[in-house]
Amino acid sequence: MSAPILQVSDLRVTFDVPVRGGWPWTPPRKLQAVGGISFDLSPGEVLGVVGESGSGKSTLARAIVGTVPSTGRILFDGRDIGALSAEERRAHRRDVQMIFQDPLAALNPRMTVGDIIAEPLTTHFPKTPRAEVRQRVRDLMERVGLLPNLVNRYPHEFSGGQCQRIGIARALILNPKLLICDEPVSALDVSVQAQVVNLLRELRREMGIAMVFIAHDLSVVRHISDRIMVMYLGRLMETAPARQLVERPRHPYTQFLISSVPIPDPALEKARPRPVLEGDLPSPLSPPSGCVFRTRCPKAKPKCAEVPPPPYDVAPGQRATCHYWNEPTPMMQAAE
Amino acid sequence: MAFHDPTADALQAPARPDKGRSLWTDARRRFFRNRAATVALVALVLIAVFAFLGGFIAQYERDYVDFSLIGINATKGVPSIATGHYFGTDQEGRDLFARTVQGTRLSLLIGVVGSMVAVIVGTLYGAISGYFGGRVDSVMMRVVDILLSIPFMFVLILMLVMFGRSLLMLFIGIGLISWLSMARIARGQTLSIKNKEFVEAAIATGVRPLTIILRHVVPNLLGVVIVYATLLIPEMIIYESFISFLGLGVQEPNTSLGALISRGAGQIGNGVPWQLGFPLFFFVVMLFAFFFVGDGLRDAIDPKDR
Repeated sequence: MSAPILQVSDLRVTFDVPVRGGWPWTPPRKLQAVGGISFDLSPGEVLGVVGESGSGKSTLARAIVGTVPSTGRILFDGRDIGALSAEERRAHRRDVQMIFQDPLAALNPRMTVGDIIAEPLTTHFPKTPRAEVRQRVRDLMERVGLLPNLVNRYPHEFSGGQCQRIGIARALILNPKLLICDEPVSALDVSVQAQVVNLLRELRREMGIAMVFIAHDLSVVRHISDRIMVMYLGRLMETAPARQLVERPRHPYTQFLISSVPIPDPALEKARPRPVLEGDLPSPLSPPSGCVFRTRCPKAKPKCAEVPPPPYDVAPGQRATCHYWNEPTPMMQAAE
Repeated sequence: MAFHDPTADALQAPARPDKGRSLWTDARRRFFRNRAATVALVALVLIAVFAFLGGFIAQYERDYVDFSLIGINATKGVPSIATGHYFGTDQEGRDLFARTVQGTRLSLLIGVVGSMVAVIVGTLYGAISGYFGGRVDSVMMRVVDILLSIPFMFVLILMLVMFGRSLLMLFIGIGLISWLSMARIARGQTLSIKNKEFVEAAIATGVRPLTIILRHVVPNLLGVVIVYATLLIPEMIIYESFISFLGLGVQEPNTSLGALISRGAGQIGNGVPWQLGFPLFFFVVMLFAFFFVGDGLRDAIDPKDR
């Protein structure tokens, strides 16, 4: 394996939440959206990130891209992003591009599709001749499956799936080394989801782009990822190669997530037990002590409230942050 | 509205890049479907033509005084085609038609200039303040708050008294205050636009902040700004008229609708109703037209309608 393109260590993102009705100088409450995430990403590798809403997936993506301030270290191609000057950081953004959740909202409604796709190019290489820009845009539109003669149309004239293709074309025009996909398919309907996921897989195979693929739907993520990371309340729960995670999950939260993926066979689906995760995500303003998952965990013990679990190496390439990872989960037994 | 499939269209004419329907085109179509607004726009165009070309029809100079008419206005200064005084004469025996043309032109200019200043300065100020946020925003908006809290009519009158009554002073005075509320509106809009994903996409791409403001923020708040600017024009005209009504506005031989109305109102008991009627007619029609056009624009550009 070659040197990792992206190394993230102990990434934390904390937001200030102003106290309601407080004075301007009242110290704000701290909301930790991402709490100490570390991972490496090799060139051409796809890392899937799953977790329910509010688990800090999107914040993680924004921290990597650098649109929210974070602490911890992010090394991209061996360079520390945090140490870059504003100008260097702008140049660095050539290599990292992002695809957004809401395909239409991510496109400026007053710009034509051609201008939108060309924007990264004209921003970083303003001297590119116009004819060349136009040619690149047309090539890319064809590449992502859009008719190139739609360049002068406006975003609102396209469907959600087409808009997402426009977003992908914009992200690819500079041949980035890393693509951050923030729930790129959750706003699309299922048949279009498959098209977009397949497009991303093809692009990755042809161009060798590394990706961080975020979704709340495990069945989509396991389709495209080499490795999967499960997050809960901003913390890492479990990480493993995609197959291994799906077939042999060790963390109770991952087990619940996997059992909630429907089986596309009504008979089987009816027959299997459906353990349901009770309760809601605790408020990230006052996370539970110790293990953050303990309030909903069926096998929580007193130790879970006292000692936050470190990531245990449970198998080659698989880590789970649970003290009792090798004990069976009560409600899951029937399922196994 | 017929839905058409862009892909199907494109297949029919594969070679030529086809033209998109921008949001502006849509808005224009909606605007012209609104009958009241269209009529008002036509009225405005006619008034503008009257104000800028009416001087060619006028038979007299606006400052030509016909001494023979002074004192017998009510009988000899009646509006008539034969004498060439289409709108009659005023108290001094000057041609009211020529004076109304000039007054309308001045009032229009005041309104348009005031609102242009508001659009340019106010929009940029508000967009910058809202986009950068935080301390920059606080300081910039407090400045606006302070300026807004000064009773501007009072200051304007003081300025006119101190620096002398000149057209330039009037433009400066009106320009100074017109952008304040526009800046607030632009800032509010910017606050919601800057959290949209396309702005984040631009930041993530590495676009410079000023380019983001000009390319991504301003075009998207322009709809609201245009509507507000259209409604601001009549407001400016009213301010100017009020100042002129007080006798502090334009100086003779220049005049404005406000000054004409003031003079006409003074003569109301002397049997010369045209001296009030004609300026008032143009004043009211112009204001109504601006309000209707503004309303029509608001309906056409309203983002919820998309």
